[in-house]
Amino acid sequence: MQFPFLSVIVFIPMVTTLVLLTMKPEQKKAIRITALSAALLALALSIWVYFAYDKAAAGYQFIEKYDWMPMLGISLHFGVDGLSVPLVLLTGIVMVTGVMISWGIDDRPREFFAFLFILASGVFGVFASLDLFMLFFFYEIAVFPMFLLIVIWGWIKTREYAAMKLTLYLFIGSVISLVGALVMFWTSGAHTFDMLVLETVKFSPDFQKIWFLPVFLGFAILGGIFPFHNWSPDGHVAAPTAVSMFHAGVLMKLGAFAALRVGIMLLPEGARFWAPLIMGLALVNIVYGAFIASVQTDFKYVIGFSSVSHMGLVMMGFATLKPEGLIGAGVQMFSHGVMTALFFAAVGMVYDRAHTRDIPKLGGMIKPLPLVGIGVIIGSLVSMGMPGFSGFVAEFPIFMGIWKTQWLVAVIAAISIVVTASYVLLVVRKVFFGKMPEEFEGHIPPIGMLDKIALVLLMALMVGIGLFPALMVPWVQSGVQHVLTLLGGA
Amino acid sequence: MAILLPILPEVLLLALGILILVLDPFLKKGVNRRPFLGMFTAIGLLITLSLSLILARPADPSLVFGGMLRFDWLGFLFKMFFVFAAAVTALFFMDTDTLNQRAEAYLLLLAATIGMCLMASSADLVMLYLAIETTSIPLYILAGFLTDDDRSSESGFKYLLFGALTSAVLLYGFSLIYGFAGTTSVYELGIHFSNFDLLAVGITFLVLAGLAFKVSLFPFHFWAPDVYEGAPTPVAGFLSTASKAAGFAVILRLFMVAFPVLSPDWSMILAVLATLTMTVGNLIALAQKNVKRLLAYSSIAHAGYAMIGVVAFSQLGIASTVFYLIAYILTNLLAFGIVGIVGHVTGSDDVSSYNGLGRRNATLSLAAMVAFLSLAGMPPFGGFVAKFFVFSAAIQSGWIWLAAVGVLNSIFGLYYYLNILKYIYLYRMENQDEDQHPLPVSPPVALALVVLVIGVLLVGTVFGPWFGFANHAALNLF
Repeated sequence: MQFPFLSVIVFIPMVTTLVLLTMKPEQKKAIRITALSAALLALALSIWVYFAYDKAAAGYQFIEKYDWMPMLGISLHFGVDGLSVPLVLLTGIVMVTGVMISWGIDDRPREFFAFLFILASGVFGVFASLDLFMLFFFYEIAVFPMFLLIVIWGWIKTREYAAMKLTLYLFIGSVISLVGALVMFWTSGAHTFDMLVLETVKFSPDFQKIWFLPVFLGFAILGGIFPFHNWSPDGHVAAPTAVSMFHAGVLMKLGAFAALRVGIMLLPEGARFWAPLIMGLALVNIVYGAFIASVQTDFKYVIGFSSVSHMGLVMMGFATLKPEGLIGAGVQMFSHGVMTALFFAAVGMVYDRAHTRDIPKLGGMIKPLPLVGIGVIIGSLVSMGMPGFSGFVAEFPIFMGIWKTQWLVAVIAAISIVVTASYVLLVVRKVFFGKMPEEFEGHIPPIGMLDKIALVLLMALMVGIGLFPALMVPWVQSGVQHVLTLLGGA
Repeated sequence: MAILLPILPEVLLLALGILILVLDPFLKKGVNRRPFLGMFTAIGLLITLSLSLILARPADPSLVFGGMLRFDWLGFLFKMFFVFAAAVTALFFMDTDTLNQRAEAYLLLLAATIGMCLMASSADLVMLYLAIETTSIPLYILAGFLTDDDRSSESGFKYLLFGALTSAVLLYGFSLIYGFAGTTSVYELGIHFSNFDLLAVGITFLVLAGLAFKVSLFPFHFWAPDVYEGAPTPVAGFLSTASKAAGFAVILRLFMVAFPVLSPDWSMILAVLATLTMTVGNLIALAQKNVKRLLAYSSIAHAGYAMIGVVAFSQLGIASTVFYLIAYILTNLLAFGIVGIVGHVTGSDDVSSYNGLGRRNATLSLAAMVAFLSLAGMPPFGGFVAKFFVFSAAIQSGWIWLAAVGVLNSIFGLYYYLNILKYIYLYRMENQDEDQHPLPVSPPVALALVVLVIGVLLVGTVFGPWFGFANHAALNLF
């Protein structure tokens, strides 16, 4: 029997939480070191899984299945395919960099890392679950720590409002999907929550048309789909840095991924029927998100709304139901995750030093914080889809897919690229270049070693995938193949 | 001796109660009584629990004592949880002034537990009524036990008045049943209730009214907030868990066995009741500032969720209701235990007395997080799977709208439970340094809380075996 990689990855954070909670709250250093080592271990294992995944064989690999409750067909069933394996890797990366960047948290670090790791466990669990029940189980586990993390360590002005709003939105979404999933379970007659079995069940077209929308949209709320995107910028802004990274970097992918896995893959007929609507909503996301981002004056809100815009591209890629679109969406999930994590890390570093995120009040940060500046510039290039960076690898195929489906949509969506370019470049110019306001002179200490490592790691990934798409695209391609088969080889 | 096996838990409970009464006069007044009475009762209950589990497990269901009781898994499972809840409550009593000095309090607790055990296994209307009264009368007294506290007296009195009224209605219903059917045996009634006519509906309404009071279903829920608020906190915890579960045990048996033919038509009425119960409970809970009142309204809402399984009228429905109650007993006992500790130290049950709890006692706060998130239905705690199963049962039986109402209701629930966590973790004590005000937990109560937290986690993660028990109880019912 092979080593149970996935369950170990999923349960490392959970076990770490328990370990952390048994430590004394005063041993802050020991707590941080424990957290970092656990995160590194999880990352190491996810890197191993990523590279050991056999792209040629494709399909679900690293499968582990333990009967959990045979009476209702619930099993602890893990496995990854080409679409989820990059996301597992992404979670590992964000986890490590998130811990590094949260090194300075001084208020109850024990609880902070404990809650963060429960969150991480839930995220890993969703990406690796092949059982519908377990998917919900981990999904909810990923939702509630968010509330505590934002409300306790978040930005004092909006944290109570934003945390509650976010949690309720996500919970509403998940319970709506849950009803859909239960209906699917009883209608299928297969008496199992095993998604590999449910994939093969042919639900009647009418059934699929009725239930696709609640299931898909319920999850897509977490993916930030219009008009349910409202929680996301507020949540990102209110959250502490590491949580914003997790949140925009990984959690939103959770929504998109689950919408794909449960919505599109289990109800392909419904997906085909509703694809135009999803495409329309995603188009609003892309264009509207970009425009709103361009008028924000708060650095963090800019990033928050840009996430809405970029996640729209992921949804758009799904809605094309074409190989190009799906591959692009798969890569975009990873690329956007890394990019957003980097952005939020950078915003956090600037804010910790300048104590403001108001763009007009900032300036000249490149001098004291050169690496942060470079990071944001690279992030901006990714964000506008510049060739040579991961954003291009992701967005180009998406636009190809859209063009093949409906050229007009592609043209409208392309506006967002221009808008994105304008606002990210404006932010870069205002925050990092120009004259530094006098009150900051000599008051901006350089960033620490761990911060540097985290930034470099994130930058390297974006450039690496941009220059060598072969590091990611074949994986995603093998996963997309399976989705297309379910969609009927379209 | 074999004849006593079906009532072994009751026999042991009675023996324990007598032992406490006999030993009581020999105890000195003062500090020594507290550890002795509480620990003695708790250990006695633990022994009762283990002996019953070892010796008195039911095999095939059978009617015993001339058809008065039914020796089956439904009754047995509930009995074990009542005894467990009583043990935990006995530990909680140790931290409540007055209760912890008086042997009567423990005796009344045991008497109520005996009544509940009989409620869960009664197979005859006469026995059932006696069991309900045996449960209720000690609970009336316990709710009003703090005679120097006006709110407690009010609580006891209110509970007594409402309880007596609904008991009378219930008894009237039973007498009509006997008049028309000519039998009081629950398992023979089914034949007589074979057609759905106005008379049957009327009678069933009377019975339902009596039972709805016990489980605080809308519109018979009004007593709960006032009684919970005034009663000593551990007693309120016991009322909201064990007593409610006992009511559900009776509902399951009566509605599944005695009135089965009515059920398809009844289901709609029950579904509406469940909807109203959930919605009213949750909506009013949103506005509460007193945690005990909030938990009272939340426990009304939970009765609504548990009712969904009854509405589903299927084996899965029964099993999921039983499972729901298991998870709910553990979770709500935990919640009331925490409320008891905080109320004991701060002298107030207002939600603002939770300010700064996260800094005053981090471990207790984690326990509170477990309790409230489980009530809200979040994994990996018991509440999530419990809700999942009842919704699943509803959908299996085609009650999709009821499941939808249920999940939407759980959103309200999430809001007010999270709100308490906000007080615990975010808000600070006014003008005070929390480090100067640690909030200690006495060892017996800490023990009880640890057991409950582990229980909530176990039910929420390793739910297979627990659901197996619940399913076994459901299979055995008929």
